[in-house]
Amino acid sequence: MAKSNILARTGNEAMAEAMRQINPDVVAAYPITPATEIVQIFASYVADGLVDTEFVPVESEHSAMSACIGSAAAGGRTMTGTSSQGLALMAEMLYIAAGLRLPIVLADVNRALSSPINIHCDHSDTMMVKEAGWIQIFSENAQEAYDNMVQAVKIAEKARIPVVVTTDGFIISHGMERIEILDDKDVKDFVGQYKPENYLLNLDKPITVGALDFTDYYFEHKRQQIEAIKDSMPVILDVGKEFGNKSGRSYGFFEKYKLDDADCAIVVMGSTAGTTKVVVDNLRAKGLKVGLLKPRVFRPFPKAELADALKNLKAIAVMDRSDSGNAQEGPLCLEIKAALYDANLSKALLNYIYGLGGRDIKIEEIEKIYTDLGEAIKGSKKPKITYIGVRE
Amino acid sequence: MKEMTEIRWHGRGGQGAKTAALLLADAALGSGKYVQAFPEYGPERMGAPVASFDRISSKPILLHSAVTNPDVVLVLDPTLIESVDITEGVLDDGIVIINTEKSPADIRKELNITGKIKVYTVDASKISKETIGRDIPNTPLLGALLKVTGMLDFKETIEDTRKKLEKKFKSKPEVIDGNIKAIERAYNEVKS
Repeated sequence: MAKSNILARTGNEAMAEAMRQINPDVVAAYPITPATEIVQIFASYVADGLVDTEFVPVESEHSAMSACIGSAAAGGRTMTGTSSQGLALMAEMLYIAAGLRLPIVLADVNRALSSPINIHCDHSDTMMVKEAGWIQIFSENAQEAYDNMVQAVKIAEKARIPVVVTTDGFIISHGMERIEILDDKDVKDFVGQYKPENYLLNLDKPITVGALDFTDYYFEHKRQQIEAIKDSMPVILDVGKEFGNKSGRSYGFFEKYKLDDADCAIVVMGSTAGTTKVVVDNLRAKGLKVGLLKPRVFRPFPKAELADALKNLKAIAVMDRSDSGNAQEGPLCLEIKAALYDANLSKALLNYIYGLGGRDIKIEEIEKIYTDLGEAIKGSKKPKITYIGVRE
Repeated sequence: MKEMTEIRWHGRGGQGAKTAALLLADAALGSGKYVQAFPEYGPERMGAPVASFDRISSKPILLHSAVTNPDVVLVLDPTLIESVDITEGVLDDGIVIINTEKSPADIRKELNITGKIKVYTVDASKISKETIGRDIPNTPLLGALLKVTGMLDFKETIEDTRKKLEKKFKSKPEVIDGNIKAIERAYNEVKS
């Protein structure tokens, strides 16, 4: 690795760097904390002539996604970035982008939803749109944010499904870390030239986009979309492998950390997976057989693969950085539970809701979860849902 | 030296606490270290107390929780010690470096530090005014930190910083020399 490819960058800077190297045709965006920097930095690349992108400053996130839809339907490689309320305001258009099968790439910096108003990290914004038909990829750190952005373009265009890549607000978006980037040429080669099959600006083959679709065909089109989401799974794996060949960093649906011989494990997404690895190392040094599974791709949900990876564990804790408002477990835990049921696996499964509104999650708190799991294995009864780090 | 050093910067909004953390991380990266630098985002306003943090390690840093038990604390504004508990969570063998004209003994007395925590002082404001021409204490404090901890090679860091400044301030060579001098002077003038 050449020294010039090793940089100190925040998560936002890392994502903007990936966007510079990808050099999309159009970026339409509206600023929102903590994602503002991504498009702000990118706008400076446009102003400095470092990219060929048409930058469209709009008056809201709803308009941002609308402009992205127009651009992608016209045949342009299209990207944007947002967070929290911005993603919520986009929600209507997110479904339209997915239904029209437009390969837009969105950088979302995970932030709590109002109210109460808060600018810090949790996953409730991304979870709010988990049924929008977008592929959702979570990043642990700035390196993964960069790597996932580069892969997202290729995944979106091959699967013809839009992709959202997330980082954790402030923790990653504003935290500077050491990252290794690819050469500009390598990224250019990797993403290749975008060649849409059908697009509005193809005058030789005119098409209609967004036509009315009633009881006669709506269901057929939705059925095709559902199938396309399933079909995106091998695409995600292929792109992750190909990226590994180029960068030395391969990606799958999830990362297993000291999991294979573990008695118990935590399932957690995003930046907290890093802190949990530190805890796993500390406990392993004491002879405890503990592990971690970090989902990376939350949509589509790799049910069978996850159940297979978890099958030998005696107890599992799922950490959710959002609540579903359903008087049940958090969204990740419910999905894991469904995966285990389908695989005929009945296990001690505990849910921990943590870190809402950016509440810090500490090493000691994660250690306590492993202690709980150890006790659960020995038959001690534990609450199904625990809210950690909160005054009650 | 431990595998990982955790650092907390105290300053006032607009004083450069965040920049200091980023500068240090960038310098440490230049020495082949793994780094993290992040500010504390509260309702910050110009002049209000703020904090920022670094983690510097010889191995990849996986930890993403807040820094609660820093090895080193740096204080950009001496008036902060009246309102902020700057030694909060500092480890027993921790280090505190303060921008002040006072002696470490005076500060120790003022803050009632009786344990093993090591206190250092340097008049970073005076140094920066004399070298850079403005009160920007974060650059000289970097020099004091290098001297006190020995965490990075001094010569290497100076050369790396000069190169980075040369890129940033092509048209203002006096800024480059001023900053380098500030780091060197604080390195030599920090008191224990």
